[in-house]
Amino acid sequence: MSDQDDDIILSELSDEELVLQMHDDLYDGLAEEITEGVNILLERGWQPYNVLTEALVAGMTIVGHDFRDGILFVPEVLLAANAMKAGMAILKPLLIATGAPRMGKMVIGTVKGDIHDIGKNLVSMMMEGAGFEVVDLGINNAVESYLEALEAEEADILGMSALLTTTMPYMKVVIDALVEKGIRDDYTILVGGAPLNEEFGKAIGADSYCRDAAVAVETAKEYMARKHNQLAAG
Amino acid sequence: MKPSDEDLTHKGLLPTDTSAKVLILACGALANEILALIRLNGWDHMSLTCLPAILHNTPERIPDAVRAAYDKHHADFDQIFVAYADCGTGGQLAALCDDLGIEMIRGPHCYSFFEGNDAFAAHADGEIDVFYLTDFLARGFESFVIKPLGLDRHPELRDMYFQHYTRLIYLAQTDNPDLDRMAQAAAERLGLRYERKFTGFGDLKTALKPLA
Repeated sequence: MSDQDDDIILSELSDEELVLQMHDDLYDGLAEEITEGVNILLERGWQPYNVLTEALVAGMTIVGHDFRDGILFVPEVLLAANAMKAGMAILKPLLIATGAPRMGKMVIGTVKGDIHDIGKNLVSMMMEGAGFEVVDLGINNAVESYLEALEAEEADILGMSALLTTTMPYMKVVIDALVEKGIRDDYTILVGGAPLNEEFGKAIGADSYCRDAAVAVETAKEYMARKHNQLAAG
Repeated sequence: MKPSDEDLTHKGLLPTDTSAKVLILACGALANEILALIRLNGWDHMSLTCLPAILHNTPERIPDAVRAAYDKHHADFDQIFVAYADCGTGGQLAALCDDLGIEMIRGPHCYSFFEGNDAFAAHADGEIDVFYLTDFLARGFESFVIKPLGLDRHPELRDMYFQHYTRLIYLAQTDNPDLDRMAQAAAERLGLRYERKFTGFGDLKTALKPLA
């Protein structure tokens, strides 16, 4: 996207130009440039939350769309994610210190028998970027692990991920356990992973199947807005 | 003439014998083994056609590709057998074969049926951190793993993909020191402990035998 950008000096760009340049740098997976851009915006007095949403999350959303449309592939998305991670490392402590808005809390993990976590990690990062608190349980999670975390963390959302057709049915085991305990409706359940589809999500009783990290964020926001509206009305 | 790995990976294989009665519709990654079984057993009534083996990396496309090949060839043969296991299609391929009234190989994937589905199932739970190769995949490691994952351009991504894997097991269909070395090199490249397990053709032979 930016082969001709070698001579650009980030500190000499206007705020608007710099944000657009950071979108390009995220797209190209340039972690050092993202770190520099984040620091420049902060030095110019930008609020950490605004740097996060306008420069990083907006940039990753473009990456997400191009991944969805088959323009970018997994390696490029991973490089972009690494660049965003570099920016997040600077912003995260500042966001906590400045009390940025919290959207809700998510417990997320890859299901039992599955060690794949690239998609899950992307979702975690994008959810954090969108203002959600994320408790990441990692890989190979049994029912008990999800149940304990949901209760202990008082989570709003459960996210489950699987890459294998042999492990994705375990999501239903977890949802059935929640139903059995009478707590299914206490949580919004989002599921994702390469072999899943909307039909599978419905069949196992999840609230939504999320095709990618950007969709997961938008879906989570919608459910949280509904929840807040219901609470306000009730 | 033996088909090249390059063709089997990206193009597939046209029916080897259009006068045969039985068509085996297979993954390109199984071509050499199936051709060897046909030759060794004198199954002259069998013909082999293959879909591109690279579909291994996009299994959601396999059922449509099998359907298209079935539509193309079924009028020319008395019987068609699908030489795929589930192979990441999540039951979609089995549903298609049921609809078409044709048989396929039992099991989750070729790693399983090469070893023997029962034997594989007995230890599969303890091997969630294992990355498998077969003869074909050991030869095609660059095409099936390194290039699609972008590791040729960005080797620094390796640990993001493989950090939770611990071992690479090469399931060997043949005794070939060259393939053993290639598989070992693949394990080293991924930073995984290497093991080799000789399987022969396993349940592949059992699956094709009723067609004899």
